Amino acid sequence: MMSTALLVMGAIALLFGGLLGYAALRFRVESDPLVEQIDEILPQTQCGQCGYPGCRPYAEAIANGDEINKCPPGGEATVRKLADLMGVEAKPLDADAQSSIKKVAFIREDECIGCTKCIQACPVDAIVGATRQMHTVIADECTGCDLCVEPCPVDCIDMIPVAETAERWKWDLQSIPIRHIETN
Amino acid sequence: MQTLFEKIAAGQLWRFPGGIHPPTRKAELSKKPIATMPLPERLFLPLRQHIGVAGTCLVRKGDYVLKGQPLTVADSSMSVPVHAPTSGLILAVTDHTSPHPSALPEPTIVLEPDGLDEWREREPLDYQQCSTQQLLERIQGAGIAGMGGAGFPTHLKSASTRQIDYIIINGVECEPYISADDALMQEHASTIVQGIEILSHLLTPKAVIIAIEDDKQSAFHAMQAAVDDRQHWFVRAVPTKYPSGGEKQLIQLLTGQEVPAGRRPMDIGIMMFNVGTSFAIAQAVLDDIPLISRIVTLAGQTLQQTQNVLAPLGTTVSDLLYFCGFQPEPQQRVIMGGPMMGFTLPDLSVPIIKTSNCILAPTQQELPAAANEMDCIRCTACAEACPASLLPQQLLWFSKAKDQDKLSEYNLFDCIECGACAYVCPSEIPLVQYYRIAKSEIREQQREALKAEQAKARFEARKARLEAEKLERQQRNERLAAERAAKQNMDSSNAVAAALTRVQNRQQQAPDDVATINAEREHQKPQAGTQQSLTAEQPANTPQASEQDPRKAAIAAALARAKAKKQQQDTADTPEAPKAADTTAPEPEPATDPRKAAIAAALARAKAKKQQQDTADTAAPKAADTTAPESEPATDPRKAAIAAALARAKAKKQQQDTADTAAAPSAADTTAPEPDPAADPRKAAIAAAVARAKARKLKESESE
Repeated sequence: MMSTALLVMGAIALLFGGLLGYAALRFRVESDPLVEQIDEILPQTQCGQCGYPGCRPYAEAIANGDEINKCPPGGEATVRKLADLMGVEAKPLDADAQSSIKKVAFIREDECIGCTKCIQACPVDAIVGATRQMHTVIADECTGCDLCVEPCPVDCIDMIPVAETAERWKWDLQSIPIRHIETN
Repeated sequence: MQTLFEKIAAGQLWRFPGGIHPPTRKAELSKKPIATMPLPERLFLPLRQHIGVAGTCLVRKGDYVLKGQPLTVADSSMSVPVHAPTSGLILAVTDHTSPHPSALPEPTIVLEPDGLDEWREREPLDYQQCSTQQLLERIQGAGIAGMGGAGFPTHLKSASTRQIDYIIINGVECEPYISADDALMQEHASTIVQGIEILSHLLTPKAVIIAIEDDKQSAFHAMQAAVDDRQHWFVRAVPTKYPSGGEKQLIQLLTGQEVPAGRRPMDIGIMMFNVGTSFAIAQAVLDDIPLISRIVTLAGQTLQQTQNVLAPLGTTVSDLLYFCGFQPEPQQRVIMGGPMMGFTLPDLSVPIIKTSNCILAPTQQELPAAANEMDCIRCTACAEACPASLLPQQLLWFSKAKDQDKLSEYNLFDCIECGACAYVCPSEIPLVQYYRIAKSEIREQQREALKAEQAKARFEARKARLEAEKLERQQRNERLAAERAAKQNMDSSNAVAAALTRVQNRQQQAPDDVATINAEREHQKPQAGTQQSLTAEQPANTPQASEQDPRKAAIAAALARAKAKKQQQDTADTPEAPKAADTTAPEPEPATDPRKAAIAAALARAKAKKQQQDTADTAAPKAADTTAPESEPATDPRKAAIAAALARAKAKKQQQDTADTAAAPSAADTTAPEPDPAADPRKAAIAAAVARAKARKLKESESE
């Protein structure tokens, strides 16, 4: 009796084990979905301020238990979302509180010597130019990571705030100025 | 059962949910005739006066323009031009406060009228004879954008490829005070009807419905008279209720159909135009008058004459107000648009544009400024008033909490910002403002998300590219290393054999070459003779020179030929060769000279730069100054030039070596330099390749 029970149980265990093994192969997930989710949240500036070479490596590091507060471009909002996703407490940003004003790189073109160093530094290929030719930043593609500022040998790259346009303008009750209209 | 068309034809009206009945305050305004604004001193014409993109500016400071002349050109379908409202001088194209709640400066053309009001040439069209394309181009070229307030380019709407069942002409004008359309319908009903005919011609609808609120009796009658007995044209008086003039609300009111969330009326076969737009279309097509003026309602108790004014676009609000006898109160508020949906102007220098229908300058008593906002008491008055059947109180909570998932779940983007909820709110909460903030934040986040996605794609593409490049470089290096090893092996074993074959080749070619050499000599002789005659005063030198010359000339000729061969790949003609020999004979030295000089100069410059860097206070600061700008940008070119020069020098040396070695075995006779062409180009090519490889290596190491 005992042996039949053992055999039956053993057979069932083998069957399910086989099924699970098959399922693991058949429905294999290519990459870690958690990393994907974290990568979605990160702002994709690829600036490396977290200490990792890009957003995805940082996403992998977070998935492996690194701190979630190392992304200054993402700001508090990103930290909050990461905290939600990872089920941990939201922390204040690790780096010094950076201004949240969006900036883009700007090359002072008469000073550019065409050394291509900034082109090599740009993580998103947002700088165009060729050796000994003037370079310029495609402002729409620039993520404002300021990785190009450091390598420039003639310091001709500035980070300038993105100009506010009427389309991007946010209604702000507080900021509507109340002005006196002169009476004459 | 009746069809929809029959119901509409029978005059049935439906109703939309919500709505409010604020005091209209139009009775007095609608009785007055339209006043014409005299030309102001300056006109400010923003490049963009509609929804879409601005056209490219065509004029510059100092240009003289005629009335109706286009000032910008539409370079995309989402853009319409702006025109000069009168003739005059362009004073500037500069940034000026925009007629937008943000009041951010936008590019604006400043025009000083010359008072002549001189027209450009006009070409009226007969729309019956015109192609659709021609009509649409005219409508776009006249700068027509929806004049009801949104400012959507009209040519895009008129170019619908979908079958349109109904055209609705919106003359409802439901917002308090505003009576610009009312005045237009009273005075220009027939022109409006002509405009509608052009639209029907373009869109071929089943029926045209003209909707007018029932408190505008004279406008209603004027339109009815103008429409006359056209078939399937219905003039409908709709009950006075705010916001029945909203696009989706009016469609529901007239046809009982609802435009699905996130869709446009076109998707259900309906197209709506404002009466002002159809008036502008008629003017543009039939009289070739582009959109250069519009009727603006000037209302409010601080004005002595509240009236509708026909004003050129670009007139500043202050000009308009003072034209109507403006007597501002302290802290006077001036509102652009109506009291429900308008915005307070921060500055009266703002111009009126294609979409400005009303300027309101109320007294404090007439339209009190927003009082203190209190907490929501959940009375649901707002939900009852909402014409879009939303839950404003819920949206308020979610807007305050910035809960964007919930906001989209509660269809924030279906809010038409009519302000009915804020009007009925007993706690005086400016609900619409909260929704506007939330909407702009959501839009901004969508933009950011899109940008992040693009940045990620670009980053990944770059990573892939770098990896591919690295792999390629590695493979190339390996291949080159293998080649080098193979070549070394071959060189050591086959050198002798190669030398033998070379000699054999040369001997085979010798007979041919003798003939060419003879020809060469024949050529050289007369030339030498002329030379001798020319240099008669130096007879002692000439024999020496002629002794040395042939040999040198021959070597040089060989070099020149090799060069020529390399460059052109065609065999140098025999008559050409001696000539080249003559001309190039003295060349090698001067050729090396400039090169050497260039290197020397580069070195000198580098030294100068070093000195300059080392000691800022050199004896000649002026010299340092002059060299600085030169050397700075030239850092790279100089390096490259030196490298190239070195490579070239090496190549030359090799070439000369080979030429010498080739010349050595057959130095006895003068045919020596001639047999080389076969051997030379090959060697030269190898040398050149080596030089190129070196140069490339140099470049690579530089870039790394």
